[in-house]
Amino acid sequence: MTDAELAIGDYVEPEEHGLGAIARRRWESWKAGDVGVMPVVVGLCVITAFFYSQNSNFLTAGNFTNLMVQMAGVTTIAIGVVFVLLLGEIDLSIGYVSGIAGVVVAKLTFPDGSFEAKGIVAIVIAVIVTALIGLFQGSFVAIIGVPSFVVTLAGLLFWQGVILYSIGDQGVIVIDDSLVNNVSNYFFSDTAGYLIAAIATGLFVLASLLGVFSRRRHGILTDNPVLVVLKLVGFAAIAFGAVYWANQERGFPVAFLLVIVLLVFWTWVAERTTFGRHVYAVGGNAEAARRAGINVRNIRIFVFMISGAMAGLGGVIFASRLNSVDLNAGGGTILLDAIAAAVIGGTSLFGGRGRVISALMGSLVIATVANGIDLLGYSSAIKFMVTGAILLAAVTLDAVSRRRLERAGR
Amino acid sequence: MASPSPAGVVTPRLETRGVSKSFGSVLALDDVDFEVRAGEVMALVGDNGAGKSTLIKCIAGIYAMDEGEVYSNGEKVTIHGPKDASRLGIEVVYQDLALCDNLDVVQNMYLGRETHDILFRLKEPEMEARTGEVLKGLSVTSIRSIRQQVASLSGGQRQSVAIGRAVMWNSRIVILDEPTAALGVAQTRQVLDLVRRLAEQGLAVVLISHNLHDIFEAADRITVLRLGRNAAIFERSQTTQQEVVHAITAGIPTKVSGIDHTDTDAPA
Repeated sequence: MTDAELAIGDYVEPEEHGLGAIARRRWESWKAGDVGVMPVVVGLCVITAFFYSQNSNFLTAGNFTNLMVQMAGVTTIAIGVVFVLLLGEIDLSIGYVSGIAGVVVAKLTFPDGSFEAKGIVAIVIAVIVTALIGLFQGSFVAIIGVPSFVVTLAGLLFWQGVILYSIGDQGVIVIDDSLVNNVSNYFFSDTAGYLIAAIATGLFVLASLLGVFSRRRHGILTDNPVLVVLKLVGFAAIAFGAVYWANQERGFPVAFLLVIVLLVFWTWVAERTTFGRHVYAVGGNAEAARRAGINVRNIRIFVFMISGAMAGLGGVIFASRLNSVDLNAGGGTILLDAIAAAVIGGTSLFGGRGRVISALMGSLVIATVANGIDLLGYSSAIKFMVTGAILLAAVTLDAVSRRRLERAGR
Repeated sequence: MASPSPAGVVTPRLETRGVSKSFGSVLALDDVDFEVRAGEVMALVGDNGAGKSTLIKCIAGIYAMDEGEVYSNGEKVTIHGPKDASRLGIEVVYQDLALCDNLDVVQNMYLGRETHDILFRLKEPEMEARTGEVLKGLSVTSIRSIRQQVASLSGGQRQSVAIGRAVMWNSRIVILDEPTAALGVAQTRQVLDLVRRLAEQGLAVVLISHNLHDIFEAADRITVLRLGRNAAIFERSQTTQQEVVHAITAGIPTKVSGIDHTDTDAPA
């Protein structure tokens, strides 16, 4: 505590640094409407407690590993959605674009002697293809100025047509490539799981320490050391806890590790790079961003490429899980689940507010509800109704907090 | 004024001579001269449609002038776009501020000019430290935390952030478009004090305002435009509000195209 006080620049008063002051400030911004991921965390706890009280199988390790694999695809797609929503745009094509990636991978790895590709090559090509789809759609939005809603609605129809056309009469293409299939069906051994948790914790500690040292070197307010330590301990507990739990059953799924890596990478992009800063700026006030010399057009196009690429990766995860693609690839509730996940997780539909982690939090809610209702033996009718109600609640909260933020300003 | 400055007169930091600009058949600026010196606040006033905004946008490189010359410290320069203007150290704070509400003070101060390393990683600590220094240098102390979202700031604080951003980049000429238009009494006071401090730090400040009270409080000299032409230039200390109002509403052009004119610094 004393060390930290020495490092405080004289611009900010030392009183601001105590735990009490931090809590008070958090509470104030909370009241002003800046709620962040708090509501979804609370909601998640309530949902978990409810289902556990109804059915004690809900918290078993088997169900837990299931849940992680179930939600991997939607979470991946939702990461792309978060970026699009940060701009205040929408991408309705992600469902069938993910299907396109599945078809590309299936066709490329299909052993018919023509141009059989290795699994990893097929996946890379699929993601490039979907990124290019994003580039194409984003160009209409950013250069010509067609509303993204319509461009991607057209994409929704078009890419569905392309999927039906390319799968054709076969109805289904089986994926034989073991690497592709392992994406959703491989589980780490117990030791490997713990090793991963250890490495992740180590990296997190290193990053936190580097951050603290860098701030101290510049003589500005560092985070409260108590909070830093709490964060480190919390991270380690979650990492090792999750691996321990998964190890009781099949082990930690590789698909979920992929999701974590993607979350960390895109969080870094959104919050630590100039590109991410510019995405928030364009979403908050595009005119201000333009005057500040930011190339708004390129930012928009690039975000749609991210959306396409992440939809593609999600599509690979889905295809891998089924070991095949069929005429329904990319259909069903994928699109709505992904958008709902980002919104439920706390990303604003109005642009400029939200975090990449909300993709995980939101799809955790959706997957938990779906999984719990299945366990209780209710029909999917109930599932839809409950998910719909939660989405409505999340959007309402977003609109209310936006109004409060506006009132708090000025 | 078309002749070289006589000895003993300060060379203006920025000077325009004979600026004309028309939009279709509308002549928005007709042979306008304007100057601002280092360390002074030059007010630019005029009724709606007098050409204030057009002149500023020409100087800022947003509009291309049809005719006219620009001199920076006595040297002839050309302004073809906003980049040229910022290279000359010209920064404009527009009326609508152009701040991003969803970003914090530091992020807004560095918007579009973030410092980063080769991996495009932001150097947050460096930016935060420098933002603190700049605001402190301008005696902007009412902002509780520079990590607070701009949405939660008051109008005066937002104006201070916008001005801070403008002066942060080694700018030498700051143009403020109606900085007090939406502010209450106390906040207007804050912003006018800030405007004075900018001039005291050696910047050339152009203050556009409708509010004569503010102008008489903060400005050293006053340029009046009327219907796209120069109407008068006053020394603040040697004029009255009535005189300025008269120039704004009924001022006679100090020079008329086609007629040879002598040095017509305003009646004082």
